[in-house]
Amino acid sequence: MDMNQYLEVFIEESKEHLQMCSEQMLVLEKNPEDLSIVNEIFRSAHTLKGMSATMGYEDLANLTHKMENVLDAIRNSQIILTPELFDVLFLAVDDLEAMVMSIAEGGDGKRNVKSVVRQLELIENGESPVSTSIAEVAASVALEKEEMIAGEYDEFEWTVLQQSNDQGFNSFEISIGLREDCLLKAARVFMVFEVLEKSGEVIKSHPPVELLEEEQFDQQFTVTMVTTESSEVIKKKIMKVSEVDHVVINTLDLEGLRHAANVKVDKVAEVQEQETNHAVLPTDINEKKKQSPAKPASSKTIRVNIERLDILMNLFEELVIDRGRLDQISSDLDNQELHETVERMSRITSDLQTIVLNMRMVPVETVFNRFPKMVRQLARDLNKKVDLEIIGAETELDRTVIDEIGDPLVHLLRNAMDHGIETPEERLAKGKVEEGKILLKAYHSGNHVFIEIDDDGAGINKERVLNKALSNGILTKETAATLSDKQIYELIFASGFSTAETISDVSGRGVGLDVVKNTIESLGGTVTIDSKENEGSIFLIQLPLTLSIISVMLVAIQNEKYAIPLSSIIETAIIKKEDIMNAHNQQVIDFRGKVLPLLFLKDIFEVPFSQEDEEFLSVVIVRKGDKLAGLVVDSFIGQLEIVLKSLGNYLTTAFAISGATILGDGQVALIIDCNTLIH
Amino acid sequence: MSQDMKVIVFQIKDKEYAIPVDKVSGIEKLLHITRVPKAALFVKGVINLRGVITPIIDLRVRFGFEEVEYDGSTRIIIVILDDMEVGLIVDSANDVLDIPVDSIEPQPEVVGHVASEYISGVAKIEKRLLVLINLKKALSLEMTENILREG
Repeated sequence: MDMNQYLEVFIEESKEHLQMCSEQMLVLEKNPEDLSIVNEIFRSAHTLKGMSATMGYEDLANLTHKMENVLDAIRNSQIILTPELFDVLFLAVDDLEAMVMSIAEGGDGKRNVKSVVRQLELIENGESPVSTSIAEVAASVALEKEEMIAGEYDEFEWTVLQQSNDQGFNSFEISIGLREDCLLKAARVFMVFEVLEKSGEVIKSHPPVELLEEEQFDQQFTVTMVTTESSEVIKKKIMKVSEVDHVVINTLDLEGLRHAANVKVDKVAEVQEQETNHAVLPTDINEKKKQSPAKPASSKTIRVNIERLDILMNLFEELVIDRGRLDQISSDLDNQELHETVERMSRITSDLQTIVLNMRMVPVETVFNRFPKMVRQLARDLNKKVDLEIIGAETELDRTVIDEIGDPLVHLLRNAMDHGIETPEERLAKGKVEEGKILLKAYHSGNHVFIEIDDDGAGINKERVLNKALSNGILTKETAATLSDKQIYELIFASGFSTAETISDVSGRGVGLDVVKNTIESLGGTVTIDSKENEGSIFLIQLPLTLSIISVMLVAIQNEKYAIPLSSIIETAIIKKEDIMNAHNQQVIDFRGKVLPLLFLKDIFEVPFSQEDEEFLSVVIVRKGDKLAGLVVDSFIGQLEIVLKSLGNYLTTAFAISGATILGDGQVALIIDCNTLIH
Repeated sequence: MSQDMKVIVFQIKDKEYAIPVDKVSGIEKLLHITRVPKAALFVKGVINLRGVITPIIDLRVRFGFEEVEYDGSTRIIIVILDDMEVGLIVDSANDVLDIPVDSIEPQPEVVGHVASEYISGVAKIEKRLLVLINLKKALSLEMTENILREG
């Protein structure tokens, strides 16, 4: 069966379930008594197991299965939740994520998960997972294989095994290892099966026969068979097939299996029971909704290559240009029917436009949602107590920015945890609460997105930064004396700079904050720091909404059209020429009791002059922070939504222009950067 | 055995110039150009090239010739260099030629008025003299600054 068509859905849904698992596990860690959370996790794990088994990803299915067992024991209060247990569960989720990623990248989703599986087993058996040593892991391999298979007979196979047993057949589990240089694995498998089928009946194989036929296994496979012959005879027969390296035969312990199977059936029944309970009690459901408002509303998504969206967008713009021309032609021809058709087309294209543009916008959540787990793990590694609060995860950013912003944020968070937040002892000594706090906040402001990382840790020690900068030769003594606090903080972004006394595994890693700064700047953004010693630091990242949609006011200056971002505009006004006053060579107006400087855009932009000045001036009042200015234009054209485009790599330093956009008639309009016009 | 190089041939003033065809992504008729304020003189502005904002350079201005009105034969040659897509305005462009690599000679000391830094060589094909343009230098931003300072 061709599974490729389901692969994307599988990957997407697996990611969602894993995300769900990590999120809920974090919640659970904080409310260990709330067993309904365990149910949530259990259900996600269960679905994941089913999906991966269907898709033939055995390793994935096996590990989820083990995880499920542990979750089940937790649910039935057979295991007590300990931090170590959470560590193992998170490790398991990490492994699962790695496998799903490997599948997403075209791999086979195989991964060595023996140590995690072993630890999960230990937990399941009520032992402590931490004591696992390498030797134990190795020892567990054989055991694990046996269990792995033992746990996986379905009802039908089970019945066959049992009936055969009653009739005096032997049930064997046979592990066959092929030689590493075996060339035609499928052929050997075929030969082995032929031998086996002459001696008895093969009930089950692992991996399944289809995969074996496609050579989708390493060197090893296992079959379960019923036979009247002895294991010795079977072994000899199989060994006659060439290129077989070894054969291990175990007799199936049907009694033990029956017990395991019964437990399993009980469990399934229980799950169903609990699920029905939830369905019957609407209050319960409501309650749960309140608890997890961030739960993704729908899983009906597909992944689209960003390049395809780019192509779609460009094609769409072509269409818009033609629509403009049609519009023109129809008004020239003055044909009613043509009018109506063109109008309808205009409406459809503008709806289409909204859809195309919105497709590129992704909530920053997709980046943020991996942080809670990371922070938790780091806090444990560093022996610190940290609470991460995330605000504004729904803030939307262009896909291209989203893809790039993850790494810098990881770095800044690591930095905040390693250098910022102190150990609980230090914090108590300083009179702070034991638990440090990191606030990760995203919000829109103007045509920028801001991401703030705010910690209440030690802050930046100016002296130490200065000394380090002096010793690294980044700074001379003379310049050091002239720097403001902020400039000193900025020094930690200099390349080759690290304030850590020893390079720790967490934030050292040979890369400094300069990489963060470079990445953010390559996205057209900026990063600034503010800090207070012993109170904490704030890293503020400002990102442009490159290639995203913004609202602008389109204005005309002589024959040229410019766009002013609505976010910078306070209001528009028409003023009389005689109301203009002069102050120090600067023309100003009185705007509601405030003196505003007037900027004549046609002079600033050296617009070719073709029209006489009029008695009234159209002024756009814009702001930068709390400073205001009036931009004098010739006329207002109107407000519209535009796609922000860069001027390209060639014109990187255009004066007072932040980008460009393509208007409905296909012409380019430049977007005015009000920030550089106001000083 | 001599190797051939495929070039796009275009005219500015009364001379013929050439750019290797692998650097050219298209030749366009004149499109509406949006002026970019305070850009270098030879940067005429930007155009909408099928949805991509593309800067436009007037090679006449770049080479120090007088400007002329654009007409029906004016063409924009879109070249790609180091990830940058730039349009070059030329008087006309209508020829693709194979020139033998060994017919290219280093540029003579003086070639018309064209600043010799922009030229990587000349090729003589029968009676035609083709001036090969060094795109990297012709587009270089450093040169841009020099020109601005001199201007």
